[in-house]
Amino acid sequence: MTASAKSIEVWIDSVALVGPGLPDWQAARAVLRGERPWQHAPAVATLPPILPPAERRRTSLAVRIALAAAHQAIGDCSFDAAQIASVFTSSGGDGLTCHLICDALTQADRRISPTHFHNSVHNAPSGYWGIAMRATAASTSLCGHDASFAAGLLESMMQATTTPGPVILVGYDAPYPEPLQSWRCIPDAFGLALVLSPEPTSRAALRLSMTIGTAEPTRLADPALEALRLAVPTARALPLMQAIARLQPATVAIEYLEPAAAGLPASRLILALEPAAAAAPERR
Amino acid sequence: MQPLLVSAMTLASSLGIGLGPTVAAIREQRSGLRACDFETVTLDTWIGPVDEAEQVRLPEALAAYDCRNNRLAQLALRSDGFDDAVETLKARHGPTRIGVFVGTSTSGILQTEIAYRHRDEHGRLPGTFRYAGAHNGFSVADFTRRLLGIGGPAVTVSAACASSAKVFGNAARMIESGLIDAAVVGGVDSLCLTTLYGFNSLELVSSDVCRPFDANRRGLSIGEAGGFAILERASAGTDPGAILFAGIGETSDAHHMSAPHPEGAGARAAIEQALRSAGLAPRQIDYINLHGTGTPSNDAAEDRAVFDVFGDEVPASSTKGATGHTLGAAGILEAIVAALAIREGIAPGGVNTITPDPALRTRYLRANLEQRIDCALSNSFGFGGANCSLVLGRAGALAAATREPRA
Repeated sequence: MTASAKSIEVWIDSVALVGPGLPDWQAARAVLRGERPWQHAPAVATLPPILPPAERRRTSLAVRIALAAAHQAIGDCSFDAAQIASVFTSSGGDGLTCHLICDALTQADRRISPTHFHNSVHNAPSGYWGIAMRATAASTSLCGHDASFAAGLLESMMQATTTPGPVILVGYDAPYPEPLQSWRCIPDAFGLALVLSPEPTSRAALRLSMTIGTAEPTRLADPALEALRLAVPTARALPLMQAIARLQPATVAIEYLEPAAAGLPASRLILALEPAAAAAPERR
Repeated sequence: MQPLLVSAMTLASSLGIGLGPTVAAIREQRSGLRACDFETVTLDTWIGPVDEAEQVRLPEALAAYDCRNNRLAQLALRSDGFDDAVETLKARHGPTRIGVFVGTSTSGILQTEIAYRHRDEHGRLPGTFRYAGAHNGFSVADFTRRLLGIGGPAVTVSAACASSAKVFGNAARMIESGLIDAAVVGGVDSLCLTTLYGFNSLELVSSDVCRPFDANRRGLSIGEAGGFAILERASAGTDPGAILFAGIGETSDAHHMSAPHPEGAGARAAIEQALRSAGLAPRQIDYINLHGTGTPSNDAAEDRAVFDVFGDEVPASSTKGATGHTLGAAGILEAIVAALAIREGIAPGGVNTITPDPALRTRYLRANLEQRIDCALSNSFGFGGANCSLVLGRAGALAAATREPRA
């Protein structure tokens, strides 16, 4: 996908990450800066106290990891959650709920739990987010298999720059149970959120520019983190998150789409980060 | 928004394969619904199946994508000269300057449901199971871009029953940004046990046929469909008779996971946003294709939203009594029905509605209304509170309408 040289620019107003051994952005930032080693521990997705009790009981790990990341990012951003557009992206959505339904359909009575059914829609986290935050703005829910994070980042940058207005991007994945796990192994839950603004904000420390290209994907020097990047589709964002953590000028490439046909190259998002002071001297 | 030319369309639903049979069915007010005989389903309900999908064979190179959903996608993509139109488009813009945005809610889940029945003694799925090509939500967008040889951005939008209306927004944003010059937008959703038994668990499917806006409506009938359109930049030289995608509104209910806001607040906001985006006043809309699922709560909430914006003058109908609710494909199906209403000068009468609900105030059409239609609105609302309204219109009329002051 070499034809596009057009650069799209946004400002990163807020960041959140919840993953294995990475309980929040503070911890993830220290690991990604190399200030402390990454040690594997199961991801803990604590649902923030933002949903009514009836809804809280109904949420699955996929919803919790998405909302945990979204809530961390929105609590630290310049915008009102009720007004901001949202883009949710996930490779597999809620694999546990999907499994429970497919399993129930093999039983004689084929009785499906109504709660499982409405949780089975790919936009369930978006729905819960709306209910929790009274968020009535546009929200979309995307799937791009291994390219889900890149597709979500691309769409959230489109939303931010064409609306124009702030957008919260929420990327998340959760493990499938068996037997699906054998076919699609996502070893742990992983969620991240970025609040993007088309204009500089008082909190934004970095400007993000994006083009679509064919460069080799950026890999992580730490072998364990590199393994995590490759194991969880949303963790393909880690090179970007590392560059954000370092607050230095940097360019990273993350995987986007496999070639659509023989002879075409695989595509990448080429992401350039520039600290705010250098990027916008006129910044208020 | 900058209006986009709808330069090609294709559709496969229970009304027929291709636009010609679809228009004929609309003229005859024919329904594609029949008593459910799908797979091993034993529910007392009605379905809108596309039987032809079962005979479709995918190209050898794309065998890994074989599932009912992608067969339905291919059935549509190979109808109405759509694949030829894509070849022309690729020659004009280059294959990497075209995007692919496809809506679905359940992708190839039917194949997973069947595979679960054939788990071995250790609970393992059979070796024929396909995750990426069938189960995963991206399957249908990936299949579409590979079948068409399109190398630009691609994604699946899965926002329940608003999915394939929302894809128009993805395309518009990316064209406006300059990343692409044109887009293939579409939606495909196929019959499966998850949705039939799932909607049944919510007591939203009816043993009676779907009767939108009827006093005796008892719930929805589930259908399946695949539909696609090509969107390109319009120009000063665009034929005044050409149909443009002119406006979109996307909102969230923030109310409940599976029930609409009782006053239709999110729906109303989506309609108003779509009109603003098109630069049109409510009186400039000549026909409304309602979401109109035939459930008591949807139709009541939607009626309130539509009446609040349009009063009781603009002719409106739901075509779900004819096609069933095609879920993730409903947005594209009904956008195409709205485009055909404009092209053919026929506002479709709502099939299967016998006794209009006196509590509903929208001007609900039961018979076809044959008259000039310049601009139409199509509503799609889904679980999770996802709302999307689209405005389509004739290029000449849109140019004139947006020049006059909005009353």
